[in-house]
Amino acid sequence: MMMRKFSCGLLAGAALMAAGAIHAQTIAPAPMVTPNPPPAADNGVLTGTVSDDTAWQSLGIAIPSFATNADVPTAASAGSTAQVGRAIAEVITGDLKNNGLFKPTGPNSLPPIPIIQVLTPDFPTWSTRGAEMLVHGSVSAASNGNLVVGCYLYDVSLRQQLVKATWEMAPGDWRRAAHKCADTVYSRLSGESPFFDSRIAYIAETGPKDHRMKRLAIMDSDGANHRFITTGQAMALTPRFSPDYRKIVYLSYLNGRPRIYVYDVESASQKMIAEPGSPAFAPRWSPDGKWILYSMAHAGNTNIYRVSSQGGISQKLTETPGINVGGSYSPDGSKIVFESDRGGSQQIYVMNADGSNQRRISFFGGRAATPEWSPRGDQIAFTHIAGNLRIAVMGVDGGGMRYLTNAWQDEAPTWAPNGRIIQFFRTEKGTGKTSIWQVDLTGRNERRLPTPVDGSDPSWGPVRQ
Amino acid sequence: MMPSMLNTRLLSAGVLVSVSALALSACAPKPPKQLPPEPGPPVTNTMPAPAPVVPVGPAPGSQADFLASVNGRDTIHFALDKYDIDQISADILRVQAGWLLKYPGKKATIEGHADERGTRDYNLALGERRANSAKAFLVSLGVDASRLTTVSYGKERPVDTASTEEAWAKNRRAVTVTID
Repeated sequence: MMMRKFSCGLLAGAALMAAGAIHAQTIAPAPMVTPNPPPAADNGVLTGTVSDDTAWQSLGIAIPSFATNADVPTAASAGSTAQVGRAIAEVITGDLKNNGLFKPTGPNSLPPIPIIQVLTPDFPTWSTRGAEMLVHGSVSAASNGNLVVGCYLYDVSLRQQLVKATWEMAPGDWRRAAHKCADTVYSRLSGESPFFDSRIAYIAETGPKDHRMKRLAIMDSDGANHRFITTGQAMALTPRFSPDYRKIVYLSYLNGRPRIYVYDVESASQKMIAEPGSPAFAPRWSPDGKWILYSMAHAGNTNIYRVSSQGGISQKLTETPGINVGGSYSPDGSKIVFESDRGGSQQIYVMNADGSNQRRISFFGGRAATPEWSPRGDQIAFTHIAGNLRIAVMGVDGGGMRYLTNAWQDEAPTWAPNGRIIQFFRTEKGTGKTSIWQVDLTGRNERRLPTPVDGSDPSWGPVRQ
Repeated sequence: MMPSMLNTRLLSAGVLVSVSALALSACAPKPPKQLPPEPGPPVTNTMPAPAPVVPVGPAPGSQADFLASVNGRDTIHFALDKYDIDQISADILRVQAGWLLKYPGKKATIEGHADERGTRDYNLALGERRANSAKAFLVSLGVDASRLTTVSYGKERPVDTASTEEAWAKNRRAVTVTID
């Protein structure tokens, strides 16, 4: 399942070497779908970042099918090496098209390239077709049954290779190679950290509004490789992947009692943590995976506790009448942002990781809930409640609050590993149907993540190693 | 929970209700000055009352008996974001306490709920808080705390699925369920 071997760059030569004799025929590319793409930046690096409020120009990227030296059957779900090559280009196109930075054109609109062009692209042709950036790649079957995938990014006007990478993986992991290639392209062109090769845990919802079945489920960042984990007999809520993806902490109503469980992905077993005899919910990992925050209700009040992810004695971090709930660590683990109604209504507070120095940071009217610290450390995403529920971000001092979404009910933001995209779930008025959405930090690029059934409580794990 | 079913059941148990309610008031530490108001028009059902064999009430001490004894009023409601017990709720809980004191061997779970217009985590805490308010009130009337457990379903189990103020008011609730 996992990509055991992940040798970056080392196999680049070998992959193309293995290409062997190929027909060096030239096929003129069909016209690009992109009619008038803006000019490419000189150095091939976009000047804007996703956090800019200013408009940027979308960069035209051509992504034809990845070529193969020999079209042979593979154990990959996508089929033969040639079919995998086409599927990989499709996945990359899908990854890159949803963030407002790029205007990718995929293999469905482009002719395939001969493998010789992977290293020596036909720049003049691509140039006349209006591509500014070009992604080429190769797929070959290694003798051990693995796939070797090469990924190359070219600046068409500079006629220059910007970056290359190669991965060897089990055939079942072919999509990861595509996400790694998309990450490589995204990082090189945006200057941002990668995030496509990551997974999402969420709650799959089915059934009528007053009798909803809620199951723990996981999937890749693009919705692929979907898997239900719990059967739905016990209601599951608010899952979070551990930083190493080996575990998922979540709330389960097993035996009718809301308690926190840590589910081990590999062994498919779970154990309850912090059985205090009281209801516990809203579990969160520390960035190093050593701690779990949770909220526990006692005598009507709810406070935030910290327990080792190995189990043991819990430490109470908040101690005020009212509801203190949730909690999200700063990336360095030194602080925790959380929600409390100790002042009369739900607002956002920050404290040190040991519970000291608690202070309110949200002062902009309305209520503020479910704060999540950006992995970059500079922003806090949260749910703002003033009639409707909307996703918003603010600085870590509570300043610069701004909305990212505007719908009837959006809640529970979590960050992409690179801190540039936020996921949340949207509830439809009346029907109560839920769906998972992603939005970038401008709020302009919003898209619904495809899930087999309704979905809520999405949470992103880190970029996989 | 399901008013129509409940009302039908209450019809046959009607006699029993008033009898037991009177009996109960003697047990409660703070007996209500008067019986709680009727739960509304009992049954506008055109169906004829169930063929009258001799009306046999539910088994004493059962959940069905509890429901009959409290006139179907197993639920109290709360204002937006509130968890305090108002006068109407207090009256309902007094009747519930009467039954619980009559059957000291019975345990009950109080389910707390919130309306859909809040975040999931907070509503879990709020539902717990409401259930705990109901529990604390029952305990103040003499019910042993160890007999009462609470569970919050937050906004996950609405009784009215509409997205209206009216529905939300119905969903902000705490329901007492006795354990058979």
